[in-house]
Amino acid sequence: MNTKQKLVVIGNGMVGQNFLQSLAESGIKDQYEVITFCEEPRPAYDRVHLSAFFSGKSADDLSLVPEGFFENNNITIHMGDRAIDIDKENQLVFSEKGLTVSYDKLVLATGSYPFVPPVPGHDRENCLVYRTIEDLEAITAAAKNSKIGVVVGGGLLGLEAANALKDLGLETHVVEFAPRLMAVQLDAGGGAMLKKKIEDLGVSVHTSKNTTNIGDGDNCFHKMTFADGEELETDIVLFSAGIRPRDDIARNSGLDIGPRGGIVIDNQCKTSDKNIYAIGECALWDGRIFGLVAPGYTMARTVVADLADNDASFTGADMSTKLKLLGVDVASIGDAHARTPGAMVYTYQDGAAEVYKRLVVSEDKKLLLGAVLVGDAAGYSTLLQYCLNGIELPENPDSLILPSRSDESVGLGPDALPMSAQICSCYDVSKGDVCEAIEKGCTTVPALKDETQASTGCGGCAPLLKSVLDSELTKAGIEVNTDICEHFPHTRQDIYNLVMVEEIKTFNELLDKHGTGRGCEVCRQAVGSILASYWNEYVLKKEHLSLQDTNDTFLANMQKDGTYSVVPRVTGGELSPDMLIASGQVAKKYGLYTKITGGQRIDLFGARVDQLPGIWSELIDAGFESGHAYGKSLRTVKSCVGSTWCRYGIDDSVGLAVELENRYKGLRAPHKIKMAVSGCTRECAEAQGKDIGVIATEGGWNLYVCGNGGMKPRHADLFATDLDKDTLIKYIDRVLIFYVRTADRLQRTSVWMENMEGGLDYLKSVVIDDKLGICNELEKQMQYVIDTYQCEWKTTIEDESKLKRFRHFVNSDQTDENIVFVEERGQIRPANEEEREQLKLTEEA
Amino acid sequence: MTQWIDVCSVDDLQPDSGVCALIDGRQIAVFYMSQDQAIYAIDNFDPFGKANVLSRGLIGDLGGEPMVASPLYKQHFNLKTGVCFEDESIKVETYAIRTENGRVEIATVS
Repeated sequence: MNTKQKLVVIGNGMVGQNFLQSLAESGIKDQYEVITFCEEPRPAYDRVHLSAFFSGKSADDLSLVPEGFFENNNITIHMGDRAIDIDKENQLVFSEKGLTVSYDKLVLATGSYPFVPPVPGHDRENCLVYRTIEDLEAITAAAKNSKIGVVVGGGLLGLEAANALKDLGLETHVVEFAPRLMAVQLDAGGGAMLKKKIEDLGVSVHTSKNTTNIGDGDNCFHKMTFADGEELETDIVLFSAGIRPRDDIARNSGLDIGPRGGIVIDNQCKTSDKNIYAIGECALWDGRIFGLVAPGYTMARTVVADLADNDASFTGADMSTKLKLLGVDVASIGDAHARTPGAMVYTYQDGAAEVYKRLVVSEDKKLLLGAVLVGDAAGYSTLLQYCLNGIELPENPDSLILPSRSDESVGLGPDALPMSAQICSCYDVSKGDVCEAIEKGCTTVPALKDETQASTGCGGCAPLLKSVLDSELTKAGIEVNTDICEHFPHTRQDIYNLVMVEEIKTFNELLDKHGTGRGCEVCRQAVGSILASYWNEYVLKKEHLSLQDTNDTFLANMQKDGTYSVVPRVTGGELSPDMLIASGQVAKKYGLYTKITGGQRIDLFGARVDQLPGIWSELIDAGFESGHAYGKSLRTVKSCVGSTWCRYGIDDSVGLAVELENRYKGLRAPHKIKMAVSGCTRECAEAQGKDIGVIATEGGWNLYVCGNGGMKPRHADLFATDLDKDTLIKYIDRVLIFYVRTADRLQRTSVWMENMEGGLDYLKSVVIDDKLGICNELEKQMQYVIDTYQCEWKTTIEDESKLKRFRHFVNSDQTDENIVFVEERGQIRPANEEEREQLKLTEEA
Repeated sequence: MTQWIDVCSVDDLQPDSGVCALIDGRQIAVFYMSQDQAIYAIDNFDPFGKANVLSRGLIGDLGGEPMVASPLYKQHFNLKTGVCFEDESIKVETYAIRTENGRVEIATVS
């Protein structure tokens, strides 16, 4: 007999999914048979970061559903099917595709829809909204034949949408009905500053504009007419004029609905029917709709608790937000408009730096009620904690927004926060939760993120999370040892700086001055790599030889049986028939196993150390040079065939790949570097999975950085768009040398980026805006490396004394008898242990 | 009786690195730690990777004890005792080694 109750969830958006996840993690998950309806063709995805879709993230990247989630938790999902009616009396849900499902408990998570003002012409072609991935696809398609785009609505989402239009290369306008931007969150001063900053970025802002008609344009597709008689021509109109709760299904079934919409709920998120809950943007609590994701998540948790008969209630939510709109920092906290009786206001405005800050405090100046920050939101976390925790303000509250003219810090130390203080509002992680995780051994920000989920939503609390971590570690007396090894009390970065500043050229000099002992494989390789990056001397020079791991020492890759593989450089994957034949001939002559690599070159396996010089002198004669497959250095620049041959190619990807590979070949780095160039957005070279990826567009080259395949794939970040070749190369030079200088040992660019404070924006500020004033130096260093390039194999072959080392024995010309091959699929492979035994027996017999 | 067998010239050694010698059919890794003017001899066979590669490992010290790190899976072996740092139950053979008149000699017991 099935004793399980039936729980039906209508809507698989962010809040619906969060509810399912909270339920799956709770103790009551086995008490319910769960069924959910999802009207969209895909399960829940991250609408908060929807604009990332335009900077290269795919629908899959945005997905919020872990692989196998529905199957593993026995949840039935009806994808692409919309629930259309509820029969409360008989507890039934009906779907558009004709399903009838009974329920014991029903959760409505139907979300909201974009409000489109009923202006004549609002339903014309290319009048779009910004809510779903399908909407974004429609916007992208429309933008292809458009020059100008207008966003109707200057709120938070409207400005996000404007950013999207700008990213698509359109001349962008924002039309706002209210006299200022972000009227809900900002006061007049903050709105004005935001307007100025956004206009500086090339987006035109029209406030106090009431659209009265959209009709045919003279030069563009549409002409918008405003109540004041003015007109604006545009090809696309994007409505982002607020949201409305999707309450139609509740309304039709007779649930209580607010006078202006929204499904009325109580503190347990129950609707007027005791078996039906409503959560997220469709729900109306105390006359309010909460259009942020965090309150929706709180509602979801409340319902799970209520189903489990635990006490929990939703009692409103803090609507403070901090975000970056079109690159401008904007934050709003609490009572930003000073509506609290007796509230006092402090305002700070720096016209030159375009910063606006406003504090709203209680009548006695003891409590922070609200704040507005535009242009500089660094103080957000501190102010929010004052506001949420009722922490008493300093004697002069304005010190919190005045620029500090001394080193004295006015910030609220993480120590001052109570354990109950919320650090992450997206996932409701308190300071207590963070401290508990630290005690359990999470001593890095990534480890804390994994353990607590803090900072994995909007990411706004990352600096606060880090400062709590640092403070707790200091208090616990835990020193995070970042020394590279026992021989140097320094990080890799420190050592790099010592090498630069003191012009140290050898390991022994560095060890004498700054280290102890005899070194080890960790510091030797790290220092070897640093010296090679900075001075770019021949790696087998006598004083560097002992720093190279076996791969670098023998300029080949050691395989499991002690033999080596050989990879000649094939720039951009371009290989002439003669070169191809030559490599085949070498492989044949030495009996090597041959395989094509993922980086579009040829790997020759099974070479004994004594065979390497012979193999290489023949390869060099054929025109090959070292592929540096053995080094922590640039490997390959993969490319698709590009516009030269491809019907769809926009630009010559092979030509650029060859140029980049020749430019950066031989560059030693903290870890290997892979690049790729695609000739169009079909992305056949998979550039977005590489450390450096380049994709041709109509407007030039798009540069992606810090991607990775392998064990932990990372989608590369879009760094800059529509670059000409010179700028592209300049940026790559700077990114690479900055990576070489600042990464930890054996840290790929992807992890380097994940750990970088300030992340992509910081890297952009260093590389594009030259925030640190080092770009010149970075370029100079890259030029030095390029100018001092040598093919290490050519140098080695030409030096008799170096070749002496390429023997298995120092006192005999015999070879290693432990190396035994057998044949498989027409080529050699190392014999396994069983086969070795058999061969031995045969020989002895 | 201990017998010293001539291996190579001192100049054939690589400072702070290793070479491999063939003595009576045995592969022996010979390391030269330049700062200590010390030489060490241990088996060339890596018991973890099961290949003759230890002479191609990087050398140095761990806690003051001279060591080589296997180039295959990075286990460390004490150059004086042959004992593996990560697993003390694993030990490679060590050999007496000396320099005489600019020549390197290894002792075999017969």
